[in-house]
Amino acid sequence: MTLLGTIDWYAWFFGLFALLASVFAAAVLLTNNIVRMAFYLTLSLGATAGLFFLAGAEFVGAMQLMIYVGGTLVLLVFGVMLTAQATFIVMRPRSGEWVAALLAGSLLLGLLIATAWGVRPWREPRPTGALALAEGQSATAVGAALTGVRVDRLGDPAAPEGPSRTYSRSGYLFPFLIVSVHLLVVLVGAAYLARPRVEQPVRAEGRSP
Amino acid sequence: MTTLVASITVSHYLAVGAVLFVTGVMCMATKRNALGVLMGIELVLNGANVNFVALGSPFLRSTTLGIDGSLIALFVIVLAAAEAAVALAIALNFYNNHITIDVDRAEDLKG
Repeated sequence: MTLLGTIDWYAWFFGLFALLASVFAAAVLLTNNIVRMAFYLTLSLGATAGLFFLAGAEFVGAMQLMIYVGGTLVLLVFGVMLTAQATFIVMRPRSGEWVAALLAGSLLLGLLIATAWGVRPWREPRPTGALALAEGQSATAVGAALTGVRVDRLGDPAAPEGPSRTYSRSGYLFPFLIVSVHLLVVLVGAAYLARPRVEQPVRAEGRSP
Repeated sequence: MTTLVASITVSHYLAVGAVLFVTGVMCMATKRNALGVLMGIELVLNGANVNFVALGSPFLRSTTLGIDGSLIALFVIVLAAAEAAVALAIALNFYNNHITIDVDRAEDLKG
């Protein structure tokens, strides 16, 4: 039991989920089979949901599993099934494109990782002490912020008086409405775009325009 | 409980986000299947989400984005669902009209 107690379980699980997410993302890139790509993407996004749980954003992790892995990827798999002719299942990229993409990708990755470790507040861990698991963000605060009430900022003494104080306590009601209507419009538009073409029968007795 | 997150910092999360982002960009650049390009976009959006959640996490830093990080991540998830629906409709339309899903063959608009 003392051995188990000495292991940093947070770092262990972070490494596990980070490795799963990165390895399966690389597998999506490296395989040429579209069906396997969809499967590896599912695993990568699921592992990312684990990272969200570890970061204390439980609600986002649950939504990632429900909307992304359960909804968006099912949509993608349907697309794969509807277009999976034998010649399109395996499509190899040209080797010249591979070299260029590898060069640009490794440069971009080096730049991003150098940036991630280049900012001092990001690479210094939070001072240990008064930190408990219960400090994680609850779904109540997230849901209240979506309806326009910032529960987490009610007792914020640093908020200035005046109009900016109201602003700092305002929630995300307007973006929430915008994104809801946007989703509705987009789904109606997608259904219209993907409808089957019906040949209109030409009527012999039709009026001339 | 005191050594809960002694070793993992925001930088580690940002590195994972960077890996997801770069693999997504390379997928978009190299895949010839239109749905493969779509999967690259999903990976890019997910890498961005990892960054938002990490910078809003209360476990990793003393001063964070708070729940704003979570909320923006939620909006990104919803927008990714909408984008996937539209892109899939366009891909299916393209497939019905051209009997192929190869993006290199989509050159009707080439000048």
